[in-house]
Amino acid sequence: MGEEAKGILAVIMTDKNKVTGAVPIFIADSEEEKEKTALILAKSLDAMVHDLENGVYFIVGH
Amino acid sequence: MIVILAGTMAGILTRLLLLKLDYRQYPGYPHGYISHFSLGAIASALGAVAVPALMNKDFTAFTFLALAAQQFREIRNIERQTLENLEETRLEKRGKDYIEGIARTFEARNYLVMGTAFITSIAAMLAGIWGAAAMALILILFSKTFMAGKNIGDICEVVPAQVHFKNSLLCVNEIDFMSVGLPEMRQKIQHEALGVMIKPKNDNARATLHDLGQRMAITHTVALVMGSKKEVDIPEFTPLARKNPDTGEIALYIMPVEKDMTSLIMAVQRTPLLESARVKPLKTQAGRIAAD
Repeated sequence: MGEEAKGILAVIMTDKNKVTGAVPIFIADSEEEKEKTALILAKSLDAMVHDLENGVYFIVGH
Repeated sequence: MIVILAGTMAGILTRLLLLKLDYRQYPGYPHGYISHFSLGAIASALGAVAVPALMNKDFTAFTFLALAAQQFREIRNIERQTLENLEETRLEKRGKDYIEGIARTFEARNYLVMGTAFITSIAAMLAGIWGAAAMALILILFSKTFMAGKNIGDICEVVPAQVHFKNSLLCVNEIDFMSVGLPEMRQKIQHEALGVMIKPKNDNARATLHDLGQRMAITHTVALVMGSKKEVDIPEFTPLARKNPDTGEIALYIMPVEKDMTSLIMAVQRTPLLESARVKPLKTQAGRIAAD
């Protein structure tokens, strides 16, 4: 706990046209893979998965 | 001798009665009890001894009281430091306001004890042992009732609320909390979370709930009493309290270990009202005009 990075730590999506930029981007082939990737990333980073509701998940350290 | 004894006993009794474990859950360990009990005993002895010394026209005795006050201020610092250190490893933070409130209470209680001992000693001197006993009783009752502090339940109404999702947004009644991305997580929250609305009874209460420290105190107390499913790697389960910006009502969301609405409402109601959060805009003219 304590000094964790804040802000967007990673972005996970199926449609690679939605996001560009200097964030780790993970492209999944299916919804299931997207959820699983998001879960594993969130657990490894002690962070939380948010949903942009346009098919993009992003992970934020709080 | 009887005078000193009477005062000291009254002081110690006051400290003991004020040292019960309450919703602050502090001090929750034997050594904490012992240190506060001993300080209380010292405070009462000092207060009691001052009276015969003054009767002997030994006015320097009062400087000892000043010395004692210095010591009690030190207590406040120690309490604050201890609690701040413990805070780092807590999942649900107490918050600085709450810590300050607890530290101040510990300091103030010692003054209260000293005052009780002092006045009881005077009573013993003037009216004998029965007079002292009566005075001690009055003072102890005073300490118990007037110094008890208020609770959230005194200034707010707490009613059950519904935890639901607007797509990925977690809401309690009409208030949005946060986006929860994972469908599994949403399902779990939907099934296991509890929510309440805390409705301020007047503008004073609304201003008090506006204070973030007071809200942290509420979430901390609730998590402590009900248990919380939050873990280091599950920030989704953090108990949260968010304000409805239009009405000033606070919605509370928690993933309790014990899912019981009655106990949640009770825990919120019994959360101590923080002195630092208490504001009274209605006491000012401008505040009263604004309230219309």
